[in-house]
Amino acid sequence: MLDQTFIELSRWQFAATAMYHFLFVPLTLGISWILFIMEAAYVMTKNEIYKDMTKFWGKLFGINFALGVTTGLTMEFEFGTNWSYYSHYVGDVFGAPLAIEGLMAFFLESTFIGLFFLGWDKLTKRQHLMVTFFAAFGSNLSALWILVANGWMQNPVGSEFSPETMRMEMTSFFDVVLNPVAQVKFVHTVAAGYVTGSMFVLGISAFYLLKGRDVGFAKRSIAIASAFGLASALSVIVLGDESGYELGDVQKVKLAAIEAEYDTLEAPAPFTLFGFPNDETQSTDFAVKVPYALGLIATRSTDKEVTGIKDLMTEHEERIRSGMLAYGALSKIRNGDKSASVLDTFEAHKKDLGYGLLLKTYTENVTDATPEQIQAAVKDTIPAIAPLFWTFRIMVAFGFTMLLLISCAFYYTVKRNIQEKRWLLKGLLWSIPMPWLACEMGWFVAEYGRQPWAIGEVLPTSLATSSLTTGDLIFSLIGFVGFYTFLLVIEVYLMFKFARKGPASLGTGRYFGETSSPHMQPAE
Amino acid sequence: MILEYAILKLIWWALVGILLIGFAIADGMDMGVGNLLPFLGKNDQERRVIINTVGPHWDGNQVWFITAGGAIFAAWPAVYAAAFSGFYMAMLLVLFALFFRPVGFDYRSKIGDARWRNAWDWGLFAGGAVPSLIFGVAFGNLLQGVPFYLDDMLRAHYEGSLLTALLPLLNPFALLCGVISFAMLTMHGAVWLQLRTEDPISSRAVRAVMIMGSIAAVCFALGGVWVAFGIDGYTVTQQPPLDALPNPLAKEVIVETGAWLKVYDTYPLAMLAPVLGFAGIALTILLSLFKRPGFAFVTSALGMTGIIATAGLSMFPFVMPSSIEPNSSLTLWDAPSSHLTLTVMFWAVVIFLPIVLAYTVWCYARMWGKVTVEEITARSHSAY
Ligand code: HDD
Ligand code: HEM
Ligand code: HEM
Repeated sequence: MLDQTFIELSRWQFAATAMYHFLFVPLTLGISWILFIMEAAYVMTKNEIYKDMTKFWGKLFGINFALGVTTGLTMEFEFGTNWSYYSHYVGDVFGAPLAIEGLMAFFLESTFIGLFFLGWDKLTKRQHLMVTFFAAFGSNLSALWILVANGWMQNPVGSEFSPETMRMEMTSFFDVVLNPVAQVKFVHTVAAGYVTGSMFVLGISAFYLLKGRDVGFAKRSIAIASAFGLASALSVIVLGDESGYELGDVQKVKLAAIEAEYDTLEAPAPFTLFGFPNDETQSTDFAVKVPYALGLIATRSTDKEVTGIKDLMTEHEERIRSGMLAYGALSKIRNGDKSASVLDTFEAHKKDLGYGLLLKTYTENVTDATPEQIQAAVKDTIPAIAPLFWTFRIMVAFGFTMLLLISCAFYYTVKRNIQEKRWLLKGLLWSIPMPWLACEMGWFVAEYGRQPWAIGEVLPTSLATSSLTTGDLIFSLIGFVGFYTFLLVIEVYLMFKFARKGPASLGTGRYFGETSSPHMQPAE
Repeated sequence: MILEYAILKLIWWALVGILLIGFAIADGMDMGVGNLLPFLGKNDQERRVIINTVGPHWDGNQVWFITAGGAIFAAWPAVYAAAFSGFYMAMLLVLFALFFRPVGFDYRSKIGDARWRNAWDWGLFAGGAVPSLIFGVAFGNLLQGVPFYLDDMLRAHYEGSLLTALLPLLNPFALLCGVISFAMLTMHGAVWLQLRTEDPISSRAVRAVMIMGSIAAVCFALGGVWVAFGIDGYTVTQQPPLDALPNPLAKEVIVETGAWLKVYDTYPLAMLAPVLGFAGIALTILLSLFKRPGFAFVTSALGMTGIIATAGLSMFPFVMPSSIEPNSSLTLWDAPSSHLTLTVMFWAVVIFLPIVLAYTVWCYARMWGKVTVEEITARSHSAY
C-alpha cells in the first residue's frame, strides 16, 4: 500500500519546479532567434542600431537566462532525488536523451552564451554572429532532446520490459528518437517559445511607442518580432498538434478528457466549445457544440471516431485484469520459476503489466485484488476532466488572440503607421503575460492529462517515487518554492527596471533619457 | 562497431570518471574562484576583475556537472536512482548553493548598490564553497558505504530522513574528504586567478595556492592512512559473469578493513594515481611560486585527476557500496544499462566530447588575456 500524501507531495514538487523552469524556457527559445535575426541585420547593413537592439534585448534575455539555468539544474537531478524508482525502471531508455542533451545541446548553448554577452570587443562581427547562432541553436537542440524524453513518457516506443533486470530496456534508439509524439511536441513547444519571444519584444516596444520614446529602435524591433511572430503563431496553431493523438491509449484518454467526451460519438464528432464537465454523472452540462469540428481536429478526417471515456474505461478494466496475470507470472519469474508455462503467461500479458501495477495503490500483492479494488483502479485511469477541459480552452483562446494581435502588428508595420494605433499598442503591452500562461496551461494539459501514468501504460506515477519521507518532501517543497519565488521577484524587478530604462541602459549616449556621459553610473 | 558488454561496462566506468574529472577541472575552477572571491578581492573593482576571469566560461563549465549527472542516469540508472535520493538532503544543499551562481554572475553588477553587490559576492562564495565541500563528503561516504538496500523489485530504501539522514553523512572521515576536495578546487581556482589577473590580486592568489595546496596534500596523505587502517572496505567474494544482465542482488560481498587497498596489490600500476595526486600538488605550488601559472594550471589539473582517480580506483569495482546490506552494493558490473544503451551512449560521447572540447578551447582562446581594472571600468555597462 502506498502513502498517498507522500505521492501527492512528490507530484506537487515536480509540478512546481517544472512550471518554474518553464517560465524561463520559452523566452530563451524564442528571443535567441530574434537576437540572431537582429544581429544578422547588423552584420549585413552595418547599421549600429541593430547592434544596439541585439545588445539591449540580449540584456533582458540574460536576466531571464540566469533563472532558466538555475531552475534547469534542479530538473536534471530531480528524477534521481524524487523519482528514484522511475529512474531505475526507465533510466535505460529515458536517461539517454537526457545525457545527449547535455553533451550536444547544453554544452553548445552554455559555452557560447558567455561569449554572446561578454565577447563583443574580442570577436569579429562574423564570429560574434556565429556565437549568437550557436547559442540559439543549442537551446533549440536542448528542447528537441528533452522532448524526445518527455514524448517517450507519453508514448513509450522502442523499448521492452525485461523481467531479468526488472526494468524497461531500449530496443531501438531510432524509434525513441523518431517517436511521432516527440516530434509533434517539439514543433509545438518551440513554436510556443517563438511566440513568447515575439510577444515579449512586441509588448515592450509597444510601451516605448506609447511613451513616444526610442521610436526608431522600437519600430525596428516590432518589424522583426512581428514577422517572426506571425510565422510562429501560425505554426503553433496549425502544425502544433498535428497527429500525435492517434497513437497510444494515454493520448486517447487525454483527447477525450479535453473534449469532455464521455460517450463515443459517431464520426465526425462535434466539438464542445463550452460546457461544464461533470465527472459524477459522466456528462457535460450546458454544452455548446460545434458539429463535425472535433472529428476534424482530432482525427483530421470525417470518418474516424474519437473514443469516449466510458468505452475507454471498459477497455482499461480488461487490461487491468490481464495485468494481474502478468504480475503473477512476473513474481514467479523473479522467484526463480522459469518454466515454459509461466514464461508464456508473462509474454501473453506483458503489455498490460503497467495496468496491473495500478492495483498497487490498493493491494500489495496485485493478484489478490477484489472487484471493488479493480473498479477503483479503473476509475484512476481517467484524470479529472474539468481542469483539462478548461486549461485547454484557455490555451487555444490565447493562441488565437495572440495570432490576431501579431497579425495586426505585422499589417500596420507594413503600412508604416503602427505608432498611431494606440489600441493595438496597449493590447500588445497588456498581452505580455499571455504566452507564458498559454505555455503553462499547455504543460498542464500534457502532464496532468497523462495521469495516472508516469510512463504511459507502463509505470504508474504512484510507484515512481523515491523512498523518502513526507518530512523530507515538505522541507524540499518549501525550500524550492521559497527560493524560486525569491529569485523570481528579483528577476521581475530587474526586468522592469531595464525594460523601463530601455536602450539607454547600454550607455551609448544615443537613447531616451541619456543626458549625461555614459560613465556617470557604474551600474549595469 | 559493437563492443562486448563487459568491455563497455568497464569503458563506462572510465567515462564517468573522465566526466567527473572534467567537471573538477572546468567547473571546479570557477567554484574555486568563488571560494576566493570575498578574500582576494578587496574592493568592488577587484571583485569584478575576479568574477570576469570566469564570467564568459562558468556556464559552459557547469555543463560538465549536468552532463555527468545525465551520463550517470543513462549509463548507471541504478546509481542515479539510489545515490541522488539516498543523499537527498546533501543534494538539496548542493542545488540551493548552486542556485546562487547563475544569478550571482548575471545580476550582481546590474545594480550599483554596495550592499546588493556584497550580498551576491557571498552568494557566489556559497555557490562555490558548499558544493566543493559536499562533493568530497559524498566521496567520503561512498568509501565507507551508504546505508541503503534494494528490495526484490530493486527499489532502493534508506535509513533516516531530514537531519537523521544528513548528520551521519558529516562524519570525521567524510569531512576530511570534504576538506581535500575544497582545498584542491580552491587551489585550482587560485592558479587560474594568478594566470588571468595582475598584481595585487595575482600575488594574493599565489599565497592561496600555497596554503590550499599544502592542506590538500596533507589531508590526502591522512586520508590514505585512514583508509588503510580505519575504514572498512568491501570485497566481492562471488561475482556472476561480467557480461551477465545487470542484477545487483546476484553477487556476494564481504566487509573488511583495508580492503580498499587491494587494488594496488593486484594492479601495482594503480599506484600512479596517488603519486600523480601528490606530485601534481607539489609541482603546482612550486610553479606558482616561480610565477609559471600556465604550467601550474596543468599540474593542478593533473593533481586533481590523480586524487579523483585514487578514490575511484580504490573502490574498484564498487561504485556505491551498501553499509547495511553489502550484497545490495552497486558495482560497475551490475549497475549499468543495457548493452544497446551503453553502445549508443558510448558513440554519443566519442563523437560529441571532442567537438565540445574543440569549441571550448576556441572560446577560451578568444577571451584570453589578463582581466584588468582599467578594462572593467571601460566596459562597466557590459562586464559582469
Ligand atoms: C522545451 C524546452 C525545455 C524543456 C521542456 C525543459 N528544458 Fe531545461 N532548458 C531549456 C529547455 C527546456 C533551455 C531553453 O535550453 C534552457 C532554458 C533557459 C536556459 O537557460 O536554457 C534550459 C536550461 C536547463 C538546464 C541548465 C543548462 C545550462 O546550464 O545551460 C538544465 C540542467 C535543464 N534545463 C534540464 C532540464 C530537465 C532535466 C528538464 C525536464 C524535466 C527540462 N530541462 C525541461
Ligand atoms: C518544463 C516544462 C514542463 C512543465 C511545465 C511540466 C509540468 C508538469 C506538471 C504540471 C506535472 C504534474 C502533473 C501531476 O502530477 O498532476 C508534471 C509531472 C511530471 N512531469 Fe512534467 N512538465 C514539464 C516538462 C517535463 C519534461 C520535459 C519531463 C520529462 C522529460 C517531465 C516529466 C515529469 C515527471 C516525471 C512528472 C512527475 C510524475 C507525474 O506527476 O506525472 N516533465 N510536470
Ligand atoms: C490555438 C491552438 C492550440 C492548440 C490546438 C493547442 C493544443 C495543444 C495540445 C492538445 C496540447 C497537449 C499535448 C499533449 O498532451 O501532449 C498542447 C500542449 C502545449 N501547448 Fe498548445 N495549443 C494551442 C496553442 C498554444 C499556444 C498559443 C501556446 C503558447 C504560446 C501553447 C503552448 C503549449 C505548450 C508549452 C504545451 C506543452 C508541450 C506539449 O505537450 O507539446 N499552445 N497544446
